[in-house]
Amino acid sequence: MTALDDLLESCWAAAPCRPWPRLSVTAEQWRTAANELAAGRWTLVSLWAEPQIVHMSILEDSSNRIAILSLQSSHKDFPSIGRSHTPALRLERTIQDLVGLAAQDLPDTRPWLDHGRWKLHHPLATKPSQTHGARPYHFLPVEGPDLHQIPVGPVHAGIIEPGHFRFTASGETVVRLEERLGYVHRGVESLMIGSTIEHAARLAGRASGDSTVAYALAFARAVEAATEIEVPSRVHYVRAIMAEIERIANHVGDIGAICNDAAFALMLAHLGALRERVLRASMNVFGHRLMMDVIVPGGLVRDITSDGIHELLNMLNLIEASFPKLVELYDNTTSLQDRTATAGIVSPELARLFGAGGFVGRASERNFDARKSLGYSPYDMLTFDVPIRKEGDVNARVWIRIREVEQSILLIKLLLDTLPEGPVETVPHRVEAPCEGISIVEGFRGDIFIWLRIDAKGNIDRCHLRDPSWFQWPLLEAAIEGNIVADFPLCNKSFNCSYAGQDL
Amino acid sequence: MRKTLLASLIQGPLTEAAPRPDEKALEEVSEGLRRAARRSLGRSLAIREVDTGSCNACELEIHALSNPFYDIERFGLRFVASPRHADVLLVTGPVTSNMREALERTYRATPEPKWVVAVGNCACTGGLFTSSYACVGPVSAVLPVDVTVPGCPPPPIEILRALLALLVGMENDTPQNV
Repeated sequence: MTALDDLLESCWAAAPCRPWPRLSVTAEQWRTAANELAAGRWTLVSLWAEPQIVHMSILEDSSNRIAILSLQSSHKDFPSIGRSHTPALRLERTIQDLVGLAAQDLPDTRPWLDHGRWKLHHPLATKPSQTHGARPYHFLPVEGPDLHQIPVGPVHAGIIEPGHFRFTASGETVVRLEERLGYVHRGVESLMIGSTIEHAARLAGRASGDSTVAYALAFARAVEAATEIEVPSRVHYVRAIMAEIERIANHVGDIGAICNDAAFALMLAHLGALRERVLRASMNVFGHRLMMDVIVPGGLVRDITSDGIHELLNMLNLIEASFPKLVELYDNTTSLQDRTATAGIVSPELARLFGAGGFVGRASERNFDARKSLGYSPYDMLTFDVPIRKEGDVNARVWIRIREVEQSILLIKLLLDTLPEGPVETVPHRVEAPCEGISIVEGFRGDIFIWLRIDAKGNIDRCHLRDPSWFQWPLLEAAIEGNIVADFPLCNKSFNCSYAGQDL
Repeated sequence: MRKTLLASLIQGPLTEAAPRPDEKALEEVSEGLRRAARRSLGRSLAIREVDTGSCNACELEIHALSNPFYDIERFGLRFVASPRHADVLLVTGPVTSNMREALERTYRATPEPKWVVAVGNCACTGGLFTSSYACVGPVSAVLPVDVTVPGCPPPPIEILRALLALLVGMENDTPQNV
């Protein structure tokens, strides 16, 4: 009997939550959970709070079961998970910033998202207070002879999102990298409170623009789980086709960009053109290059026509004709491999500890893909491979992405082949009492987690979105250690973590 | 590599014909341009992109401007790494409170003459984030904006049209024509 079975037997279900339970736990049980996480039997999926209540979502690794544990906190604090399980650290600092609940004996109490510049202090607390202004941020100390610091950002040299990197280097070698994020915090979760489901879906679709399909899908699935809507099978198929197109577009673009950062611009030119073709096909078939706002709770705003199927097949054929040649080029260019192989290594132990999702985890031997491990529709009926490697370097992450592009092409063809007939229009939801829903969706970057509660009027009462980047950003800090500063862009691009999704 | 290079030679270019400059953007830029600036700049613009709270969708489309279909550099438009080398700030996202100072400092670091182009609904109006405790509002709440490119995100061709309007606006407003 596992610790999760014990909990399921001894705990109250806190609320009707679907498809996985949310349990009311005691402080003692909360601490037990911390031990299970630290021992590696559970993986932390997310940690967030409402006024006077903290929630933790966990994954039991042996059974791939999910549960949410909720702890009432009548005081202003709760037992820290981050104290014994590092991946929780930034999430607990965020809880402190947004809700004002403090994790007890937290080893790092510096604010994370709150830079002291918002209009409100503790914006998600019952009574937000006046902000107290910006205070200096103390980076972690690094001591030793001949060390120097290199501050980078928030405005970077390339066309990328803002964040601050503080390198401490000894000559060319990076001794420590510390990230400071939060620059693109827009208050997405706060804007969702009290909003209609439709409006919140648009906000969710803009959590991280490169994953707009995955976020819209995760949000729609959470609403459908909460309100017990059964969408027609055609909807599941079309949504999966969109999710795989998004995966291909991002992987193809990123592989090109990684090679470009290793001074091999030819790959970027070819793969950039390929990405453009994918986006143009998406525009023709779904009416938007990134397929924003097409997936909505209850269905889709647009169906694939027979012309659309033709267009998508043409696009796939084009990729199949040119992608393998580019893969061969990558594989045969030693100057490129020189830069990517053995650069920016993430050990399998760290990837497992942090529950790293997507290609970051799978390049470091963590065999988790929400499509397969949790088997949501329509993936539960499909056969496909989840590529795994164990080197954990830039090269391994590139190869995982290459293999995933190949799998996604096969998946889309399979889905188009067996696309069921039927409606895709939105099924109206009826809400009579508050209800809660959870979903986990495999975006191109990894698993996206969403929990939400709908109030009796059918509006969003609270919604929490967790980007895969939360558990990948800290690994980038580890991966760059011992590499030279000039290899940072390469390592960083091979992760391509989301700033917007993390900062929210 | 030889195969790929040869195939690219035979294939012919992907680059497409230039779009017409955006009419609305032309109107926007025709007023505020200074003669000295046009004389010193000629037909070339150095662009510094600044994300002040975008969801990164606008960044994806700005990136696409450099792909072989749009090939933005053929118009004399190029992205530079520092605001000190820039003529234009291309700003995306509702300006978050956490990014306001960075945006102001980037603007101050950009030498005169300089122009600000707001890309995307968020940058133009604040978008969905207008009422947030964490956002200041559209770019115009912080900096003088010369051209706006609405869209969520605007497709690359629209961003290109706006930038071309900026270039053409400068030419039309040359001393000879005044």
